[in-house]
Amino acid sequence: MSDAYPNDLLFSEDHEWSRSENNLVTVGISQFAVDQLGDVTQVDLPREGEVLKQNEPFGSVESVKAVSDLLAPISGKVVKVNTTLQDSPEYVNEDPYDGGWMIQIEPSNPDELKKLMDAAAYETFLKEHED
Amino acid sequence: MSTETTVRNTPLTSAHQRLGAKLIDFGGWLMPVNYPAGILEEHKATRGAVGVFDVCHMGEIHFHGPRAAQAVQRLVTNNVAGLSDGRAMYAVACHESGGIVDDLIVYRVAADHFLIVVNASNIAKDYQHFVANVGSLCEISDESDSTALIAFQGPKAQTALAPLTNVDLASLRSFHFVPGRQVAGVSAWIARTGYTGEDGFEIFCSPADAPALWDALIAAAAAVGGKPVGLGARDTLRLEARLSLYGNDLSDTTSPLEAGLGWVVKFDAGDFIGKEALVRQRDAGLARQLVGFEMRERGIARHGYAISDVATGARLGEVTSGTVGPTVGKNIGMGYVPQSHAQPGTRIVIDCRGKPAQAEIVKGPFYRRPGK
Repeated sequence: MSDAYPNDLLFSEDHEWSRSENNLVTVGISQFAVDQLGDVTQVDLPREGEVLKQNEPFGSVESVKAVSDLLAPISGKVVKVNTTLQDSPEYVNEDPYDGGWMIQIEPSNPDELKKLMDAAAYETFLKEHED
Repeated sequence: MSTETTVRNTPLTSAHQRLGAKLIDFGGWLMPVNYPAGILEEHKATRGAVGVFDVCHMGEIHFHGPRAAQAVQRLVTNNVAGLSDGRAMYAVACHESGGIVDDLIVYRVAADHFLIVVNASNIAKDYQHFVANVGSLCEISDESDSTALIAFQGPKAQTALAPLTNVDLASLRSFHFVPGRQVAGVSAWIARTGYTGEDGFEIFCSPADAPALWDALIAAAAAVGGKPVGLGARDTLRLEARLSLYGNDLSDTTSPLEAGLGWVVKFDAGDFIGKEALVRQRDAGLARQLVGFEMRERGIARHGYAISDVATGARLGEVTSGTVGPTVGKNIGMGYVPQSHAQPGTRIVIDCRGKPAQAEIVKGPFYRRPGK
């Protein structure tokens, strides 16, 4: 189970992951979210320069069976977008923590990261919220 | 998951769990939405080899007695007299209003014995409707709980099933069936019917025999590259073949004429319930029609999304089904629009969660199996 949730990431209750490096936060969705969605067929992301607010939608991810909002794990400006997902949404399934990254944010309030869970806390959260 | 309703298992629920399926509450039944292979792989396996589907939740209602044919004809829009023993047909049952009670398959077992297979979510409604309207004509029994049903669908279905039965499958034509046979050592009926756009079979047996039959079918499928298939791919498969789903594309308030099912409405067949309303509707002209469309701009249409006019933005109707079409490689859907917008080639706009995306009305099934 622990391989599914790398230790260098933080997780939100909405199943987005955040990787904080060099004052930038890279964001994607967790293995749990990927397993729930199934085959991802379309990812809609914001444009570079858009300003996001924590816990508000920044895009959506569609699988064969459903569509889900993506919620910003942290407030800030979008500085980079993984445009390869437009043509290759399957990267989200195949490699959610690397090739399936979605956006990079320049946080306006890095303290917000404290509201997120580390991998161990997230796994506990998932266990508590099993059906 | 709601704790108030009790979710029912099918005879195959533990088999699905062993196969690692993701199970969901589907209309009160615990059903596999997909197995570990995932919806796309399951879809491909059905189009390329064979898919095995648990459809035990479907309803089986039997009609017995010398006036059974008369009773069934009163209930359904298609021509019951056109059936002979061992033949089946698709039809709908209507309300007096012309709205659809259910879409179903009628099987003639004998002159005095018919079987109607109905949608899982409609079993209680259908049974009540049947008994209230023709209960005096024959004996009607709901044998859904004592009947299991497994679908075996795909281009390799016949090849894979043949070693399990002594029924001559090659001579069992589409919409024909044989009762009282053996498959994998269990007593079963084999029908050449399905809901995927592929050739294939639906096999009825007792719930007690279902797990053994399932295991045998899974092994037979695996030998030709086939797989168990869940509800997720069942939906993409049926939508590519442009087969309607009750509750989405068909309802108590849509008529078979509006739904493009005029081909199963035989006005000369008999005085079926709803006939007068449908005659009036036919003569007056249809106000709206169920159409198929392909997305021409980025977006996946989903049930409930608004459809509007390209030029004026006026609301035309709603998407009833929409998905990714894995085999056709397009995003596809169906919905009701006014006659004025139903012509193939017409552009419409689908509101994909606030993002307008153009789609084009297209004719016929999105997918046709090779050689058909």
